[in-house]
Amino acid sequence: MNVKKLGELYVSFFKIGGLTFGGGLAMLPMLQREVVTDRKWCTEEEILDMYAIGQCTPGIIAVNTATYVGYKQAGFIGGVSATLGVVSPSIVIICLVASILQNFIHTPTVVHALAGIRVVVCALMMNTVFTMAKKGIADKLGGALFVGGFILACFTPVPTAMIIVLAGIIGVCAKKFGGRKNA
Amino acid sequence: MIYLTLAIEFFKIGLFSIGGGMATLPFLMDLTTKYDWYTASELANMVAISESTPGPVGINMATYAGYNAAGVPGAIVATLSLTAPALIIIVIIAKFLENFSENPTVKAVFYGIRPTVAALIGYAVWELLKIALISTVGETVHIDYTSVFICLGAFLLLQVKQLNKLHPLVWIAAGAVIGIVFQM
Repeated sequence: MNVKKLGELYVSFFKIGGLTFGGGLAMLPMLQREVVTDRKWCTEEEILDMYAIGQCTPGIIAVNTATYVGYKQAGFIGGVSATLGVVSPSIVIICLVASILQNFIHTPTVVHALAGIRVVVCALMMNTVFTMAKKGIADKLGGALFVGGFILACFTPVPTAMIIVLAGIIGVCAKKFGGRKNA
Repeated sequence: MIYLTLAIEFFKIGLFSIGGGMATLPFLMDLTTKYDWYTASELANMVAISESTPGPVGINMATYAGYNAAGVPGAIVATLSLTAPALIIIVIIAKFLENFSENPTVKAVFYGIRPTVAALIGYAVWELLKIALISTVGETVHIDYTSVFICLGAFLLLQVKQLNKLHPLVWIAAGAVIGIVFQM
């Protein structure tokens, strides 16, 4: 086993995890520099393909990409090594922030600030939903799935995972029996 | 055994959250009713902190949730469990499937799932909105109009292209200032 390679994978993805805010697409420039330009582990095209796969497989896109690059370089252990690298900074930073915040959570200034932040986070998230809906809804069935999914999640006890599985089945059925060109 | 429960719950989240970090949000919201690890209002803080610290948002939120549930070991268990399904699935795809994202069946599945994921995040946001904008004192429900106004204002500003490009951190910092100024 190539221990040096495993170390390199861990360090590279530790840098990528620790130096990007937001994950997903925000990670792309850092990933390109580290993995494509500096280390030459894969090509630009492979990274973009990986993003396409990352968006249609379960899991966090950053982790999916790390696993893929690591696996291509050093097999399963390489995938594990790169994945551990990309999540390590989060574990350290979040645990630190959480433990510090605990001491100040009842200070009036912090209480007011957090209340303001909650409202802005709502607006940011509304915008995320709006953008995702615009991109994800291709036709009337898409619209119906959006409305149906929202109603099921808000007003019925149907488990969230079940709603996702149902949506996948409906997508396949629509394509098999409805002959939809967008599917 | 809280670590086992954490491991099972976050493995499940890793398996079913498709389309990036925010797709974990509806599942994290579900956990607030199942366990006493954190409240829905704490979840809003977790989202804000996860967006304004380095690292993938999905990983940050899982780490935070695990930390709230069972300290540093909880954070590690939650995060590793979240990544486990992806690790297995991606290795299988890398090994056996060429052009996975071009496969017609895969495309059909995602044609159905994409709008639904948006709807599920919408549900989580709906729950967050209820906490941020409405307060109940005893029996009376009180709508906080200042918060409604700020929330709508921020949403409208986000539709301006130049402002939309600003990092979430800038918005969150602005939220903190507004909260302190208006004594929210």
